[in-house]
Amino acid sequence: MTAVTTPAAPTPVEQIDRRNPNDRLRHRILGRNPLGLLFSAPYLVFVVAVFASPVIYAVWIAFHDFFFAAPGADVSYPFVGFANFVYAFSNAQVIQSFGNVGVFLLINVPLTVVLSLLLAAALNRVIHLRVFLRISFYVPYITASVALVGVWLFLFGGDGLVNNLLGPLAPNPSWLVNQSLAMPVIAVYVTWKQLGFYILLYLAALQNVPRELYEQASTDGAGAVRQFWSVTVPGVRPATLLVLLVSTVTGANLFTEPYLLTGGGPNGASNTPVYLMYQLGVEQGLPDVASAIGIVLVIGVLIIAWLQNRFAGGRD
Amino acid sequence: MHHPRRARSIGAAVVAAALAVGLSACGQGGAANPSLTSKGPITIWYSNNEQEVAWGKQMVAAWNRDHPDEKVTAQEIPAGRTSESVISAAITAGNAPCLVLNTAPFAAGQFEKQGGLVDLSKFPDGNSYIEGRSGDLAKQYRSSVDGDYYQLPWKSNPVVIFYNKKVFAKAGIDTKDPGLGTYAGFLAAARKVVKTGAAKVAIQPAPTSEFFQMDTDFYPLYVAASGGTPLVQDGKATFNDKTGDEVANFWRTLYREGLSSPEQYQGDAFADGYAAMAIVGPWAVSYYKDVDWGAVTVPTPNGTPADEIHTFSDAKNIGMYTACQHKGTAWDVLKFATSEDQDAKFLDTTGQMPIRPDLASTYRDYFAKHPQYELFGSLATRTVEVPAGPNTVQEMQTFRNAWTSSVIFGGKDPAQALDDAAATIDTLEQQP
Repeated sequence: MTAVTTPAAPTPVEQIDRRNPNDRLRHRILGRNPLGLLFSAPYLVFVVAVFASPVIYAVWIAFHDFFFAAPGADVSYPFVGFANFVYAFSNAQVIQSFGNVGVFLLINVPLTVVLSLLLAAALNRVIHLRVFLRISFYVPYITASVALVGVWLFLFGGDGLVNNLLGPLAPNPSWLVNQSLAMPVIAVYVTWKQLGFYILLYLAALQNVPRELYEQASTDGAGAVRQFWSVTVPGVRPATLLVLLVSTVTGANLFTEPYLLTGGGPNGASNTPVYLMYQLGVEQGLPDVASAIGIVLVIGVLIIAWLQNRFAGGRD
Repeated sequence: MHHPRRARSIGAAVVAAALAVGLSACGQGGAANPSLTSKGPITIWYSNNEQEVAWGKQMVAAWNRDHPDEKVTAQEIPAGRTSESVISAAITAGNAPCLVLNTAPFAAGQFEKQGGLVDLSKFPDGNSYIEGRSGDLAKQYRSSVDGDYYQLPWKSNPVVIFYNKKVFAKAGIDTKDPGLGTYAGFLAAARKVVKTGAAKVAIQPAPTSEFFQMDTDFYPLYVAASGGTPLVQDGKATFNDKTGDEVANFWRTLYREGLSSPEQYQGDAFADGYAAMAIVGPWAVSYYKDVDWGAVTVPTPNGTPADEIHTFSDAKNIGMYTACQHKGTAWDVLKFATSEDQDAKFLDTTGQMPIRPDLASTYRDYFAKHPQYELFGSLATRTVEVPAGPNTVQEMQTFRNAWTSSVIFGGKDPAQALDDAAATIDTLEQQP
């Protein structure tokens, strides 16, 4: 018997390298499937125009002495290095606002993950009133903040329902003018408002957890709590990472709730970097300083997101 | 070997750089200024206040009747978080109207820095018309940069104290002479109101941190107590003195004793009877139709007579914007809208005070017919404005932060907070 040896099939890289130099250059620039670029171009253009270009422009603004000027106005925007960053972070209010948003994230993100997962798991098992309950949790998410804030002011105002129920146990100063409680109240409010969206994410993820795993766990004697920890939690880990990332990003951009509920007070205790960016960039004519704060915020959020991906994302 | 990913990264960087350059160029390009004499159709914006809209419509109709070739198209200022943010955006976009009949003095310096406002002093009769109409009152609206007028002083809303007569009667306070002229008298009345339960609080200015809230607590009282001293004079903050400290301590007492609340009231505290008093302008006459109110000037340490006292102006002015193609027409419309005849119509329709030094005598008949506006008419000749520089909003926010942290929430010593704010404002005054 004669052994027949056939040459090994060329790898894609070898195939490319055998082409003429023009093909190789085109491949390097356009990739292996140039048509894919064409299909993704509309969305890429959208992302560049709507998201990327403002970020790039903001970076440029942050390093220049910049203000918004009329077309034709005789103004110059000299490069100032890190001066805007120094100016921004010499302001105690800016430091305080980052601390405030840190407190917010510490309360809001874990609460969001835990509550939305628990409620989604519960809703997944509910048979009666399933649609009604799902809609009930989703309604706050799609309701305008202005309307909901009115309800929360009614609840947590000095003469509000909560204080009336608490009677002598009501905090003094009251919730929204209490420097220790204002931000936690906002964090709880935002958690409640956004919960419906995250429950939906988890409900979708739960549909992908194989039923057999629960059956096998049950056969092995695992109770409901054990099944939740050993089957549900690992089964929805990609969704947990998504919830962590989205709630962190939206939380770091907190603006509407302090703006409407507390005006950033009392005494700056619920001020956030984005609210300060609005005050500085829009009201006070300092878009360069506001951009510097924005850049630091983006970097901070990217670091947190990387850490979340590193420690909660697993290897899959 | 050239790495494909790197090639794509370089391509992306080139596109990004091109975008950045293109976008930055957007802010600097544009056509040259047309001349100040050009005539033709123009657009103007006015406030969305119901009475001002009514006056604006008749003014525009009257102009258009006689000037078919220089038609004015008017609209309310487009909705936004604030009128000033909308106007600032329009300046940057190059599509601001020719005139905005609601330009806030605190924003005028910023608009001027943006290159958005036309220097009205450059019109041959610019200074003479403005100072002829408004006299010495006009001078506080000159630019702190070059001394020119970039806004025409238009109308003021002199600030006074309104008190609810029914609440005062319930508290056992004389409703004809409530004795609110001095700090001691005011505090005594406030204590009676709260102690008797006639109202939850005595007075409730917004305790929130927006920069302009100083206009309804500190500033009117400071202007009155200091004999008409503005927040900043000759490039230096003025308020960190005995007068400023007295005003701060007066308000601190109100908050400390629960006569005012540090929590924002949801609704209209005065109309709802939650507060017995309010700091208001002449707009309040028609607004509080359902309240039996009385009006007095703001308190001072020793009770300054009403015919000598100064107050905060709460003015709104008219700005001409550089995007205007027909500035000649805009200037003529501006003069028409602030003529003696149109000012009479404005006063009659809105109850707001045209900035004229001889207001009471010029419109004697109006004040005789509407005695509830008489106090405002008298005060309109002794009004004080916020600073007119490019950093006014920053300065006001600096002050407000110091005020909320010390006077409203009591975390800091008020005198120290005012000293700190004054030092920062002095620095801001030196910045372009």
